[in-house]
Formats: sequence, structure tokens, C-alpha cells
Amino acid sequence: MLLHVDNVVKIFASKRPFARAVEFAALKGVSLEITRGQSFGLVGESGSGKTTLARCILRLDDITSGRIIYDGQDLATLSPRALRALRSKIQIVFQDPYASLNPRMTIRDIVAEPLEIHHDLVGLSAQARTDRASELLALVGLRTEHLYRYPHEFSGGQRQRIGIARALALNPEFLILDEPTSALDVSVQAQVLNLLHELQQRLGLTYLFVSHDLGVIRHVCDRVALLYRGELVEENDTEAIFESPRTDYARTLIAAMPSPDPARSLWRAA
Amino acid sequence: MPLLEIRDLHLAMKSFEGEAHVLNGINLAVERGEIWGVVGETGCGKSLTGLSVSRLVPSPPARYMQGEILFEGRDVLAASEEDMRKLRGRRIGMIFQDPTTNLNPSFRIGEQMIDVALHAAEDDPALLGLTKTASRSERRSAARRLAVELLDSVGIPNAADRLDSYPHQFSGGMRQRVLIALALIGRPDLLIADEPTTALDVSVQAQVLRILFDLVQKHRLAVMLITHNLGVVAQLCSHVAVMYAGNIVESGKVDAVLSAPKHPYTQALLAAVPGRSAVRGALSALAGSVPNLLRPPPGCRFAPRCPHAMPRCDAGAPPMIGVAAGQQVACVLYDKTAEAA
Repeated sequence: MLLHVDNVVKIFASKRPFARAVEFAALKGVSLEITRGQSFGLVGESGSGKTTLARCILRLDDITSGRIIYDGQDLATLSPRALRALRSKIQIVFQDPYASLNPRMTIRDIVAEPLEIHHDLVGLSAQARTDRASELLALVGLRTEHLYRYPHEFSGGQRQRIGIARALALNPEFLILDEPTSALDVSVQAQVLNLLHELQQRLGLTYLFVSHDLGVIRHVCDRVALLYRGELVEENDTEAIFESPRTDYARTLIAAMPSPDPARSLWRAA
Repeated sequence: MPLLEIRDLHLAMKSFEGEAHVLNGINLAVERGEIWGVVGETGCGKSLTGLSVSRLVPSPPARYMQGEILFEGRDVLAASEEDMRKLRGRRIGMIFQDPTTNLNPSFRIGEQMIDVALHAAEDDPALLGLTKTASRSERRSAARRLAVELLDSVGIPNAADRLDSYPHQFSGGMRQRVLIALALIGRPDLLIADEPTTALDVSVQAQVLRILFDLVQKHRLAVMLITHNLGVVAQLCSHVAVMYAGNIVESGKVDAVLSAPKHPYTQALLAAVPGRSAVRGALSALAGSVPNLLRPPPGCRFAPRCPHAMPRCDAGAPPMIGVAAGQQVACVLYDKTAEAA
């Protein structure tokens, strides 16, 4: 087991001055286990706590109670130095490829930035970092001549590839994909999903795939967990969830998923 | 006569690098009671087509090169600004993608709805069930009743109380319903919905689509639904027009087009949707990207990415060919006359 989330609670306190302290429980005792090499899907509506959980795993937010154990280490007890080392193993690809790349940096600088930040760990010279950046671009299907261009010169799909290249710079083991294709067109989405699968095969990555697109989740994930208002309502192997959902919430969600088959329209035939 | 008829519409957009030919001969006819889905990738001209119908494309930089947009037989492009104001929000309702930016955050929902209702009633007092001589306060309270009725019809609980709420007190799905209610105030004949559910969760999306569907059944509205979600089209629409780089490449009845797509682009789009049969890692992805419209390909604009491309494709824009009852496709693959020649 690579990641063990054990009864995690995350409470946000209201920061409004003069207001009575209002607490909001974003995660109410969530437990899940992800094994090495797995694609684990995390599904839920907006506000269900998907992104909060992803942020807690990266320790961008601290959890209120419970434990998150990555590869035998409790994240909460790590020293700052150990945490930095661990962060090189857990990386994230963000949802919006337009907002997550600095428009003033060249692609070379964007992709090589993690190598610079973790210089003590990787210890590459500037020249070696450039070489690594061009190697990473090749890995995600871009070319060396793209190194010195800026994000605005790329399409949405290409930008998402750049985001993936940056996430892979430190040879991570675990990749959090936070809605990596929801800003993309279906044809481009297909390219990115194929790329992610190929990378997983080649590099032995473990994925935590956060999405509200059930079609995508069904296609990429081995196991799926459904979150609803901070609680884990159902978790199972992907096909089991889609074929025989056990909870009403799962059934509702699956029924609401619009199928591209016109014969399955809920209303039109009637 | 169709309610809306777009005939050979050409639109150019000025940019720093020259003029891009962004709509390249759009033909579309929408009848009452029909829900047309307009689909295609980002930048193919879906939204511009929708905006053109209510003439909301700023010009310049836009320039209509030729063609006409007939709403009940009258050309919208030739209408005066005064006449357009009477069409917009009354005969033609619009719903936009982002419900957060399309409501004024500093006014109560009720206030915004009453404003629209009063404005619409200036021309048509019957909307409020009043005569021209009604007093100001009578009109206001009638407008308020109408607002409650509409919020109720789109499924907002306690509509009368919610009139006093501000937009931020509603969730995304609720705000989208408020926008639908707003668009319905003038009892439009045509509703243009530009990605109305893209920002919503699937469960909320299903509710909003259901509301749209019921409205069409009840009022015989015509709807132009702009989206890139083929699932939404399959569930809701009666007809579909597939756009690529400023052209409609295939159009017709939804069951015909989606179950037996003829144009290679439609086929590629449908194949890219992750489905049950697709093998992981082997989704059929369309290679390449949408052409630069400053320098479009000479003939068929899809030819550079098309698996069936042949020399004839560059000879000129392919005409629309009827391939089956209510299904048309712009592709030389189906041009039998040229084959014989």
C-alpha cells in the first residue's frame, strides 16, 4: 500500500471578523487506501471535498484529525526537510492549463523549476536541467524546439502536456491529477488520457484521479471512491460501482451522466 | 417559414495579424419546438453563430461579409438598433455559460427580474396581464408576481422569499436557473443557450436540462443549445449541427447523426468520447489541431486532419449533400455526381 488515508477530518474555521465562529467540515472522517501502480478515482460534486483531500495529501492544508500515511511515513510528523523530500515524490497536475503556467516564464523554465527548487536533491547544473527539460518534453510528446517558447503560444492540450512534464520532472511515484481534462475538448481530452496511460505504463506511476466526469473516471480508473459532502459514501472496483452501485447517491450520479447514445435519452423518447 | 433561418452567413474578424474568416457560410433553419444542438471544438464558431442571431458580436472588429439571419422572415443583420432591442430579451432569449458573471452581484434577484419584466412590458403590457393604463405600482406588483411564477417554474423553492436574496446567496445551479427564468420573462420564441450547463455538476446539469426540455414541450419554444458535450446533445436535442472551423460539416436529426455519423469529423468526435468499449490508453484521438483561420486550408477545412483526405478535398469547399432523411453532410466522400465525372 502506497497511501493510506485514515479517518481524516478537515474543519475550516470561519475567518470573518466579528462573526460567530462558524465551522465547516470539509472532510468528515474519510478513509481510503491506494496501492502502488493503481489508478484511483475520486468522484464527487463541487463542494464534496475532493480538492480538499488532494490538498491535504500534498500537505498544502493541514488536517484537523486522522492520519495520512504515505509509504509508511505519517505526513503530519515529518520534519520540514523530510517533507520537502517527500514532496518530490508526490506531484500534482492542475485543472486549468491556462492558469497554472506562469505566462512570463519560458517552457524550459517552467519545466525545470522543480529541479531548481529541489536542487539539493537532484543536484543538476543549469545545462543538465535544460537537457532534462527537453527530455521531459519529448516524454509528453512535445519537441525540443518548444523549450524557449511561452505558454500563450500553445493550445490547451499542449499546455496540459507541459503541466504534466513539470509534474514528472522529479521522477515522482505518485501523481495527483485534479480534473486534468475538464478544460479540454473531447478530442484533446482523448490525447491527454492516452498520454497519461502510456506514462503510467512506462514509469510505474500511481494516480489519484480527481474528477466529476464519470465517463472519464470509468475509462481510466481501477478503483473509485465517491465523496458526498465530505463523507465517503461508496468505494469499490470501477466496474462494480458502475454496474451495481450500492448506494442511492451512486445510482443518482450514474443516472445523471449524459450518455452520447440518443437511444438512451431519458425524456426525448417519451 | 422556419422561426429562424441563417443563410450563407460569412463573418470575418479583424486581428493584429489580419482578417480571419471565422464563419464560412453557415446555413441553419430552426423551427418552433425543435432543440438544436450546436457542437464542435473550441474556436469553431459555435458561440459566434449564437451571438450573431441577437447581433451581439461587436462590429468592428467583426464584419459580416455576406448572408442573412432571418428571424420570422426579417433580416436581423439589417434591423435597426431600436428593433434589435425589441427582439433581444423578448422574442429571443439568451442564457450564457457562467451564471456568476451574468447576474449583477449588488442587486437582489427580484430587483433584476422586475427590471427586465418592466422593460419588456413597455412594449407588451399583456406580459404582465395589464392594460397600457395601469399605474406604476400595479405594474411593479404584477412584475413581481411574474418573477415569482417564473422562479417557481424553474424549480426554485420558496420563490417569493428568494426574490430578496442576492446572487451570492445562490449556488451555481440555482443561479443558472435564475438566468433561465430571466431569459423567459419576455416569453421568447427562440432561446439561445450558450453552454448553459458546462459549469454545473452532472446531477444539477440533469435538472437544468430537464427544465429546458419541459419548457420546450410546454411553450413550443425553439432552442439553440451551444455545447461541446455530445452526451447533452444526445439526451436533450432533437437536431444537431456539427461545426468545424467556421463551417457546419454535418447536420440533421439527432438520432441519425449520432448513431450513424457520416462526416469524418463527427465520427472522430464521437470516437473520442471515453465509452465502455474503449480500451484504456487507446482512445481514438484526433491528431493535429484546429487550423489557423488567418490561413485556412484551401478546400475542405478539415482535410489536413482527415483520415480520408484526397486531392479533391483541396479543390474547393465541399457542398452540403443530403445523405439520408433529414441528414446532411459537407464531404466529398458522399458526392456521387463528382465520382461519375
